Amino acid sequence: MNENDKSLRVALLGNPNTGKSSLFNALVGGQQQVGNYPGATVEKFVGRCTHEGQELAITDLPGLYSLNPASPDEQIAVDILLTPNVADMQVMDVIVCVLDASNLVRNLYLTTQVLELGIPSVVALNMMDVARQAEITIDVEQLSAALGVPVVVTHGSRKQGIGELRSAIASATVVATTKVTFSDPVESAIASAIAAPADQTVACQRRCFLNELALSTDVELCGDEQVESKQTTKFSDALDLCKQQFDAAGDRISMEPIARYAWINQVVSSVVECRDTDHSLVRRRWLDRVLIHPFSGSLVFLATLTLLFQAVFSWSGPAMDLIGALFEWLGSGVESLIAEGMLRSLIVDGLIAGIGGVVIFLPQILILFFFIGLMEDFGYMARAAYLMDNVMSKVGLSGKSFIPLLSSFACAIPGIMAARSIKNRNDRLATMLIAPLMSCSARLPVYILITAACIPERQVFGGWISQQALVLVSMYLLGIVVAICVAWILKKTILKGETPVFVMELPSFKVPSISIVSRKMFQQGMDFVKQAGTLILACTVLIWALAYFPRSEGTAEQLSATQTSGIQLRNSYLGRAGQAIEPVVRPLGWDWKIGIAVLASFPAREVVVGTMGVIYNLGDEEDEASEGLRDHLKNARWDHDLTKPVFTVPVGLSIMVFFALCAQCVSTLAVLKKETQSWRWPLFTFVYMTVLAYVAAWVTFVVASSSLTV
Amino acid sequence: MALELPIKSCERYLMPTLFLSDLCNRSVANVVAVHGDDDVSLRLLEMGLVPGTRVTRVGSGPLGDPLEFELLGFSLSLRKAEARRVELQVMQEVCEKDASQQ
Repeated sequence: MNENDKSLRVALLGNPNTGKSSLFNALVGGQQQVGNYPGATVEKFVGRCTHEGQELAITDLPGLYSLNPASPDEQIAVDILLTPNVADMQVMDVIVCVLDASNLVRNLYLTTQVLELGIPSVVALNMMDVARQAEITIDVEQLSAALGVPVVVTHGSRKQGIGELRSAIASATVVATTKVTFSDPVESAIASAIAAPADQTVACQRRCFLNELALSTDVELCGDEQVESKQTTKFSDALDLCKQQFDAAGDRISMEPIARYAWINQVVSSVVECRDTDHSLVRRRWLDRVLIHPFSGSLVFLATLTLLFQAVFSWSGPAMDLIGALFEWLGSGVESLIAEGMLRSLIVDGLIAGIGGVVIFLPQILILFFFIGLMEDFGYMARAAYLMDNVMSKVGLSGKSFIPLLSSFACAIPGIMAARSIKNRNDRLATMLIAPLMSCSARLPVYILITAACIPERQVFGGWISQQALVLVSMYLLGIVVAICVAWILKKTILKGETPVFVMELPSFKVPSISIVSRKMFQQGMDFVKQAGTLILACTVLIWALAYFPRSEGTAEQLSATQTSGIQLRNSYLGRAGQAIEPVVRPLGWDWKIGIAVLASFPAREVVVGTMGVIYNLGDEEDEASEGLRDHLKNARWDHDLTKPVFTVPVGLSIMVFFALCAQCVSTLAVLKKETQSWRWPLFTFVYMTVLAYVAAWVTFVVASSSLTV
Repeated sequence: MALELPIKSCERYLMPTLFLSDLCNRSVANVVAVHGDDDVSLRLLEMGLVPGTRVTRVGSGPLGDPLEFELLGFSLSLRKAEARRVELQVMQEVCEKDASQQ
């Protein structure tokens, strides 16, 4: 706190897509931390830099269009500016408004609102190169005179104008006076509500008054005690009176935008010289004609998805193999160092296997985040949402839900994290709750093993498609179809709400900045390792302990090591639990061994492969490609009837359907907890998915057995 | 001249009201009003759809929804449902090259 007292607190504010984050990076360099705003999942970027001995603490606020907040991101930015105590932030000393020079009119809307807050401000005129290309000439001095604050021309990605901006921030003392005056009834109402000379709180109260006048819903804008105490009855009386007057006239909400745009148009007409307004859109039009054309746009979209999947699934292969080999080497290294016993088992089977199980998905997650970041920075994400909106709106979601769901095919964790971009709470929740239904990469090993063991190799449809491939594709489709139904039901019941509105800017295309994209990728990768890693590790150790204890001694001499581990498992707590739950899994066609394999795979689905290896007396070094495990599964027989094979087609289908729909993934549940800030939703997800998986597996088994015997 | 004014305003009232959702591709129109008094209408106004703003419809998504518009030098996409809130007046003669002010 002492350190904070010396440094200037600076807020970086601007519309989305103004190059704000590259400007932030240029200002603070590597000196930045990412955190979360208290009680919210919006990322908070704070960076530090110094200018001639003066330290600047710069906060990069979420992009917003107006101080009348319409989404959680915007709400946070507004809270920080108006009622800093609510957001646990201190009052800002300086506000930097970032403007997109090529889109000045709409950008100035927010600026005029911000300049009225009574906080010293600086305007950073960014993306001047784009404006110049579009033959837009801006008289910077005149703009500065009109706004009443210093205007600095910057170029964030080329680091131009950064020194000037820093010095303007350090010496910012100018408080702009209110530029836009409203019609007499409003001004007199404000005057009677707040009767004091212009200081910061009064300026903020003016803003609060306007917000409460415009927003029909009861947004807790000025809810903290400090402001509330000053919110006299005079304030609310004047507000109510004003509201009534405007509701009668029918222009309550349009009053502010009309007045501001009138002022802006007047300023812009004297400051901006533009030879051809439509020129700026020519390049974008050409690209957009291809990228969001109903036909070619859809083709490009499908091609992009294919490339994305290709990258996530095959390019990550070598890195994943490397990580796998590294952990194996580590395991065997520790094995040779420590004598056989509990400690070695804990380290090798528990810790190393547990951490390795998480880290092995890191390459896929990083590649996915890199591609998504690239698409976001380029401006393609908004186009993808635009293309998918129609389909998504049919189930009550919007185009913005598509990318999180797409990411979930690689892994539900980045998918759930990507849902942050969705404004509406219910839509965001619905998206996060159905994301784990997408068949993620961890299900693939299970599908491959069970398909190989249970589904006969046969060509169907005239020899064109193999039956095994067909089963694999059906599993992916099953997840999608169920997710659509669940989303529809959720939106009709507990997450009731209108189909979200879709008012979205299609930003101009820009060359993606590799440094920003990589920084974001590593940040999210670290997030994944930290958040999911700790919990999955704890669970892996727990499962290990349940499978390890109690030790049964004396069998080791007569039997081979793998047989020992099989017997050991049978007698362990986990094994006993498996036998106890056998009545529950019998309707699905499973024996107790499958039951405990599924139980043990609670931390992560792919664990089931290793567990089955152990259970079927094979040791845990098996993977899905091993012929041995496949053959052993094929040869597995029921305990009570040794002529009956366990892994029949109905059993295989029922196992796969169960895994397609179940929530056997601690990391997903942990991320859900983190993102929703409550245990309620991960619990809900686990229960609904497990029930769904159980019922679907049962139906599959019953239908498959009867149709195959008939 | 004095007679012309009432006739003109008559014509305006006789013509069916045009909304942003009905604007043909590549046509240009001026915003007359945004209907509704909730957050969505407020956001439409704040995005620049205030009376007098010139809007061009430039395309539509697959299956005809959402729609894409250009105004004030940027590109905005809206669903038909939201576009229906915006009342327009079609510009009879729009020269692509005039309007020197953004």
